Amino acid sequence: MNRKNLVVIGNGMAGARAVEEILSRGGADQFQITMFGDEPYGNYNRILLSNVLNGSQQESEIFLNPLSWYRENDILLHVGVRAETILRRSKVVLSDDGLAEPYDKLIIATGSSSYIPPIDELYAADGSYKPGLFVFRSLDDCREIAGYAQGRGKAVVIGGGLLGLEAARGLQNFGLEVEVVHRGGHLMGQQLDPQAGAILKTTMERMDVKVHLLKNTLEVLGAERVAGLRFADGSCMNCDMVVIATGISPNVQIAVRSGLTVERAIVVDNQMRAVDDHDIYVVGECAQHRGNVYGLVAPLWDQAKVLADHITGHKPDAAYHGSKVATKLKVMGVEMASMGVTEPEDERDEIVQFTEPRKGTYKKLVIRDGRLIGAILLGDISKAAYLTQAFDRNTPLPDDRLALLFDIGAPSKKVTLEELPLEAQICNCNGVSKGALIACVKSGKRNPKAVMEMTRAGMGCGSCKSMVSELIEWACGGEVEEDPSVHYYVPGVPLTKPDLIRACKERNLHSVSAVFRELAGGREDAASKPGLASLLNTIWAEEYDHERDARFINERVHANIQKDGRFSVVPQMPGGVTNPAQLRRIADVAEKYNVPMVKLTGGQRIDLLGIQKEDLPNIWRDLDMPSGHAYGKSYRTCKSCVGTDFCRFGVGDSTTLAIRIENYLKGIDSPGKLKMATAGCPRNCSEAMVKDVGAVAVEGGKWEIYVGGAAGAHVRKGDILCVVDSHDEVIKYISRFIQYYRENAKYLERTYGFVERVGMEKIRSIVVEDSEGIAAQLEANLHRSTAAYRDPWKEAVLSDSQREFSSLLPVLQ
Amino acid sequence: MTKTELETLVAPLDAIPCGEGRTFEIAGKRLAIFHTRAGRIFATQAECPHKNGPLADGLVGGTTLICPLHGWKFDLASGSATLGDCGITRYPARVDSQGRVLVNLAPEPA
Repeated sequence: MNRKNLVVIGNGMAGARAVEEILSRGGADQFQITMFGDEPYGNYNRILLSNVLNGSQQESEIFLNPLSWYRENDILLHVGVRAETILRRSKVVLSDDGLAEPYDKLIIATGSSSYIPPIDELYAADGSYKPGLFVFRSLDDCREIAGYAQGRGKAVVIGGGLLGLEAARGLQNFGLEVEVVHRGGHLMGQQLDPQAGAILKTTMERMDVKVHLLKNTLEVLGAERVAGLRFADGSCMNCDMVVIATGISPNVQIAVRSGLTVERAIVVDNQMRAVDDHDIYVVGECAQHRGNVYGLVAPLWDQAKVLADHITGHKPDAAYHGSKVATKLKVMGVEMASMGVTEPEDERDEIVQFTEPRKGTYKKLVIRDGRLIGAILLGDISKAAYLTQAFDRNTPLPDDRLALLFDIGAPSKKVTLEELPLEAQICNCNGVSKGALIACVKSGKRNPKAVMEMTRAGMGCGSCKSMVSELIEWACGGEVEEDPSVHYYVPGVPLTKPDLIRACKERNLHSVSAVFRELAGGREDAASKPGLASLLNTIWAEEYDHERDARFINERVHANIQKDGRFSVVPQMPGGVTNPAQLRRIADVAEKYNVPMVKLTGGQRIDLLGIQKEDLPNIWRDLDMPSGHAYGKSYRTCKSCVGTDFCRFGVGDSTTLAIRIENYLKGIDSPGKLKMATAGCPRNCSEAMVKDVGAVAVEGGKWEIYVGGAAGAHVRKGDILCVVDSHDEVIKYISRFIQYYRENAKYLERTYGFVERVGMEKIRSIVVEDSEGIAAQLEANLHRSTAAYRDPWKEAVLSDSQREFSSLLPVLQ
Repeated sequence: MTKTELETLVAPLDAIPCGEGRTFEIAGKRLAIFHTRAGRIFATQAECPHKNGPLADGLVGGTTLICPLHGWKFDLASGSATLGDCGITRYPARVDSQGRVLVNLAPEPA
């Protein structure tokens, strides 16, 4: 096929992104692509330059496309070559070293350069910047600044915008004294209003960066090299180096030379084409669309998509309608978010504002007709995601303006215990107030366990336990009695988990009653029984001596007890995938036994609720499906999305993986519930990132394994354990993690508590890097447990010699 | 009437597995009967005073009983609550020489 020539001038973020978008639309079949880049590198992320300067990232980490990428995609890249002229009539681009590249379509993505304000004595005799004077725009600038900064005493940054402040932070890391001089009346004039700017100034000065406002630089002092600056107010300042960061100016020289319409930048239409030449497209900071020139990355991505849709004919009617600009930044460690306007523009505009300068917190919203048209958040940006969305989509805001600025709910930890009113409810499950807890402490209970038992605080869902403990500690005035049993695996056996495991193995204890006899002086403790049963099952697997009385009722009858003593039943349904035959059988059973409610569970299973205990064995027989384990401290379910089979976004086969996981892990005991999920792409529809263990497919055939997530009484996003390449590897690493958790967590300790207590670093080193050499053993131990699994419903159906399933027994005679 | 005459024969001891409880209906009254691992027999009201949880489905250890619904705890030997607001009614129970469980329906004094 005869391909057209596509020439791209500029190899920065905009140019390379536009090419990527074109390639992803099959553009390689239409175009032979040639690119000009005047920097001698592949393409890098310019936004991250400040991280390179401050040392938090290596140069190699910020490259987006290495030179090999161009070869692999059959792109001819002229590295370090500057395109000089466009001969529009003959459709050829000429470069500074004499190259001539003919084009059918041309993209100008020349970006911008540092804007240099009119200051005297900037240059040395040879026309280059005076030694010690720098701009901050490219990787080369970054290297030169870093090289020069070594051993110097003081640097001044000209410009108090985003880039200037980032440069200041970077310079501070070289041990320099740093001052910022800014022409404007407040810092970050693009993103902040004067009040926010003033707060930021205070914060900066607390970090030893001195800021001078309304200071206009006139001259660079020093004959050979930079020695200081002179200002319009007549003052002078000594320094060893100067970095100019006063904004950017679009690189439009080539367009001007070629006769294209240029105002502040090259003027484009809605298809991103130069208004006077439809074979020339323009993208990024050098483009001016409807009077706007964008210096941020998000609009650039939007433009690149429209350009690619149009140039490839993928969507001939694609049109760019401008971007709403919202940014989230971190400047000198200060988090901020800014979107839209910074000041009201109209009489009807409403302002909602909160300020707390002492903490560096400032929030301001500009609202018009009930919709957000601008916002500034400084210090606390917890509401940024919500506000950005409302701004972006132009959705109506709720009437409660306060809720727009703050998360209003239970008293946050920031309220001190002392400030909390006596009637404040601490335990929301059992309705226990601060006053009730204090009264209990006054009555003589001086350790958390005793107070919790007496008041029942913390004994519902358990999510308030840490707050209750803190409050008791406070009420005791620090004189809390240490309750030694908090270190035991279960309260009734005075041993930590590792000691208990060792003792059980040494003495060959296979049953719960044997543990009480040998290790607890013969004293049975009812509350400790299920925990011991779980642990012994974990240690001994098929050699575990199963005593039914040690199990909670759910695990004796393999169903979930409900508030009225009846039960609910969940058949196994790996991956949440079912079929008409199963559904028909479930429907038949539900009708036959008058099941009061059939409901879908949160784990993508079908729950039959309100079943009489004596009906359980018959229901299982009629269902003829294995148990779904929805009742124990054990593996529960593995949710999944539809993955790659049907979903148009899926990048990994999550359904097959979830089915494999369920078939492998079904029914295994663990210290707490194990809820899992697999997601076929990072959209995370199955919520895998907030599960005890989750696997999320990402582009490139990889899976991210998350552990320690929670979305129940406690909400926590999981931590990434590792990223792997295949289903087999997912199973391998989650097996290691789960077995490590089974062997080391306290009873009823969920993974979210476990990973925080043990620490992700340690878990990762043991489970992924095998630092203790036990990884193979963990896998083998788990395998032994899974191999010992028998479907409890099948076993229960076969025999009910103990009349376990009779809710009422007849009397003799 | 003598004490023995008020007693009702309930079941052979092995109808209640060691360490567990079972619910029986005796003369219109529902009772939970427990057989501890130490070999003792206790009879109590069948439902938890808190929210009517089925006590026979609870966990038993020593003489402690834990209700399966919300974890209230009772001492089987005295009927008093060790975690919860009020205790449970107990009925005298014994095993006869033939290994049968007998319960007296006159409640024991609290």
